[in-house]
Amino acid sequence: MAKILSYEEKDTWIHRLSGVTKLVFFLLWCLTSMLTYDTRVLAVMVAFSLVIFKISKTRWKQVGAVFKMIMLFLVLNVTAIFLFSPDQGTHIYGTRTVLFHIAGPYDVTKEQLFYELNVIIKYFTVIPAVFMFLVTTNPSEFAASMNKVGISYNVGYAFSIALRYIPDVQGEFTKIKHAQEARGIEMSGKASFISRIKNTSSIIFPLIFSSMDRIDTVSNAMELRGYGKHKKRTWYMERKLQRNDYLVIAFTVVFMVIALAVTYSNGSRFYNPFV
Amino acid sequence: MKLKFGIKEVVAIGIGTALFVALTQIQIPTPIPNTYLQPRMAVMAFLAAVFGPVVGGIVGLLGHALGDALFYGSVWWSWVFPDGVVGLIIGLFAAKYAIREGGFGSTKSIVFFNVIQVVSNAVAWIVVAPLLDIIIYAEPVSKVFAQGAFAFVGNIIIIGILGTLLCVGYSSIGAKSSSLTKED
Repeated sequence: MAKILSYEEKDTWIHRLSGVTKLVFFLLWCLTSMLTYDTRVLAVMVAFSLVIFKISKTRWKQVGAVFKMIMLFLVLNVTAIFLFSPDQGTHIYGTRTVLFHIAGPYDVTKEQLFYELNVIIKYFTVIPAVFMFLVTTNPSEFAASMNKVGISYNVGYAFSIALRYIPDVQGEFTKIKHAQEARGIEMSGKASFISRIKNTSSIIFPLIFSSMDRIDTVSNAMELRGYGKHKKRTWYMERKLQRNDYLVIAFTVVFMVIALAVTYSNGSRFYNPFV
Repeated sequence: MKLKFGIKEVVAIGIGTALFVALTQIQIPTPIPNTYLQPRMAVMAFLAAVFGPVVGGIVGLLGHALGDALFYGSVWWSWVFPDGVVGLIIGLFAAKYAIREGGFGSTKSIVFFNVIQVVSNAVAWIVVAPLLDIIIYAEPVSKVFAQGAFAFVGNIIIIGILGTLLCVGYSSIGAKSSSLTKED
């Protein structure tokens, strides 16, 4: 089974922050990184991300497998951009400095390399933030604190049910898969395209039906315990926003404003070293 | 159309998202290189058709964001929203399919479901995804439309086959009120 990122309990000040604070940071951080193509801003963000990663005491073992996967996608994406549009850099920066010629329409230009460098840096600004968020946020506490800042507890509950049941559903998936393989159903690459769709459905059908049963069971259990009767709920894992939470949120907002101001100061999202 | 949001919908979002995330790991490679059929899309279409637009939309959004984050460690936001769009549009007509009532299975309902899913995928992958790619990530136009077109074809195939089968299968097993036929 593929290895996925999961929460691990540690005692750092990042772990002690409220889940909402980390979500706000994570979303604004991603948004800033999406909007800006300014290489200077991106470089600062990469540096920050690495510091955060270090402070959160995340070990390589927790994230290494996933990181390798991202690198694979990164390479695929960068190659695809070049194949489909070798002149995107010229299109953006307005100049064309050919370094060397490959074949047909494919020239390697400085502008293209610079543009793709920015795409790569963008990945590296977000990856540590995602790791930090997933590895340091306790799901139960997260649901509770979402409710504390005014989000409907239905949302918090749906979210924590999702996180709670991912391992269960995965376990069931593996069980069904093994059972079907024992009956001689081929799941590997040896089977043909059509029979792979068929074989996949022989796993998905039982999985869906048992999940639909699970939805009935869980919602009946919740109804019996009076879920949704009142407008408010109390939470075991509740944690109030503290000084550090406000500081982090304030910092994130200020950082975002400055980053965007710097980015758009020259009239476009791109930092252009070529003119 | 009434927008019901009760305990069942909350749980359906939770467990549906968990399903979607768990199924992120099955990708069926197609003869076209680097394009995969995603059975999780069929499952989402099924959940949307059974539980309606809110459940479909949120399972698409949350499931995609969470699944990508957990498995791949990065979230490609411009492809998260189209998933939500597909779930939302398919879910809008949940009452028409009448899956839980056992009314799904006639040729007419299957054609209707597939027309809706093709339309929703067209909106999502040929309009929303490439536009967001261009606006958010400033990616090359030809690349994003090519990717969008592959995703469109892949998703209508998998939802068309697996999604339809799931709806028919569940509808015939979970048949309740409309399973009775009037005798003359």
